[in-house]
Amino acid sequence: MYEFDWSSIPGALPTLARGLLVTLQVTLVAVAVGIAWGTALAVARLSPQAWLRWPAAAYVNLFRSVPLVMVILWFYLVVPQLLRRFLGVSSATDIRMVSALAAFALFESAYYAEIIRAGIQSVPKGQLDAALALGLTPAQAMRRVVLPQAFRNMLPLLLTQAIILFQDTSLVYVIGLADFFGAAYKVGDRDGRLVELVLFAGLVYFLASLAASALVRRLRRRVTA
Amino acid sequence: MISFQGVSKWYGRVQVLDDCTTRVAKGEVVVVCGPSGSGKSTLIKCANGLEPFQRGEVRVDGIAVGAPGTDLPRLRARVGMVFQHFELFPHLTVRQNLALAQREVLRRSREEAEVKGLALLERVGLAGHADQHPGQLSGGQQQRVAIARALAMDPICMLFDEPTSALDPEMINEVLEVMIELAGQGMTMLCVTHEMGFAKAVADRVIFMDAGRIVEQAPPAEFFAHPKGERTKDFLSKILGH
Repeated sequence: MYEFDWSSIPGALPTLARGLLVTLQVTLVAVAVGIAWGTALAVARLSPQAWLRWPAAAYVNLFRSVPLVMVILWFYLVVPQLLRRFLGVSSATDIRMVSALAAFALFESAYYAEIIRAGIQSVPKGQLDAALALGLTPAQAMRRVVLPQAFRNMLPLLLTQAIILFQDTSLVYVIGLADFFGAAYKVGDRDGRLVELVLFAGLVYFLASLAASALVRRLRRRVTA
Repeated sequence: MISFQGVSKWYGRVQVLDDCTTRVAKGEVVVVCGPSGSGKSTLIKCANGLEPFQRGEVRVDGIAVGAPGTDLPRLRARVGMVFQHFELFPHLTVRQNLALAQREVLRRSREEAEVKGLALLERVGLAGHADQHPGQLSGGQQQRVAIARALAMDPICMLFDEPTSALDPEMINEVLEVMIELAGQGMTMLCVTHEMGFAKAVADRVIFMDAGRIVEQAPPAEFFAHPKGERTKDFLSKILGH
């Protein structure tokens, strides 16, 4: 029978906290960029202009058709080369954080774009007609009338996607970035207490996601009410 | 003020407007009626470019609506439109609904837009509802706010697309009263409606449409007393019969 020994956790808390900070950082940046860039992609996909529609559709379909873990790895392998060549970043700079942020932000944008596109389509066409009839340009109508209603309708879905993203950030372990999961793994490996540390990390992910899901349920009730 | 010259429109191969020609002079009130699917809503949406058309010409205050170089937002800002389902913006308060286009399109200051909005709200009998959201108002109240919202842009003419057909019967009159008052003040109005009482009271001309064509147009006295076509007679007997 395996004997649990949790004694290495209290001493490791500062390391784990630093890891959690990386996890939150990647999550927040990916959500913020994902929603902003995803909105642009969604509007482009719904545009009457083919030259906007096609590249946006290609982007979204490409990123939705490849595994996230591969995107993270590609960015890690390719981005540093590009940065070094074009920006003259020295090879000593830790490029893992930058490439992880870029990979998550660009990958999640594709998923956010689909959620936001559905949200825009959930706003009745009469609303757009009314905004245009008042003399608003299509861009003003989108910004002032359609998008505010679309975001209100899709807020629960956006947050659900953020929870999935929060869990998916653990995939940065493939490039050796010490996020919360990576930090837990390292401490466990060092102290020979991998089972305890990974269980503990799982519990933290579980509780955080559970709390966020409860928030989403409350929001959903308010939105549908 | 508004002129349609040989306007035709197709959805794919289905023709929805067939060579429609008519005009609304300044200060005139013209009512468009006809069975559902006859193209009346489509016709008035051609007047502010919400519906594109393939043939013919529509001019509003001399400006060709369908021409490629026309600044449609600028034109639409001068043409008020009221919709069947009100289309107030549900995420904004009544006050914000009234102010939005004034500020965004006409670049009026917040104060100016609100003063104008509140004055119009009072004119449609809804002073005191400024800080409610559209969802808190009855259908009749929402439609009156929608009329005020259109008037806030100081339009040169108004388009009404079945403004009372989504309303409960007891709310129809409060909206018609606002429209009658507006007509009395000399507003140029093109109204799609089945309210024949309204047509008799204020219209200068009634247009009857069927299957995308303008079948008949005459002053209301003549239109109701001596309809010419069989389809017009048939339609009138159905709509006035009950």
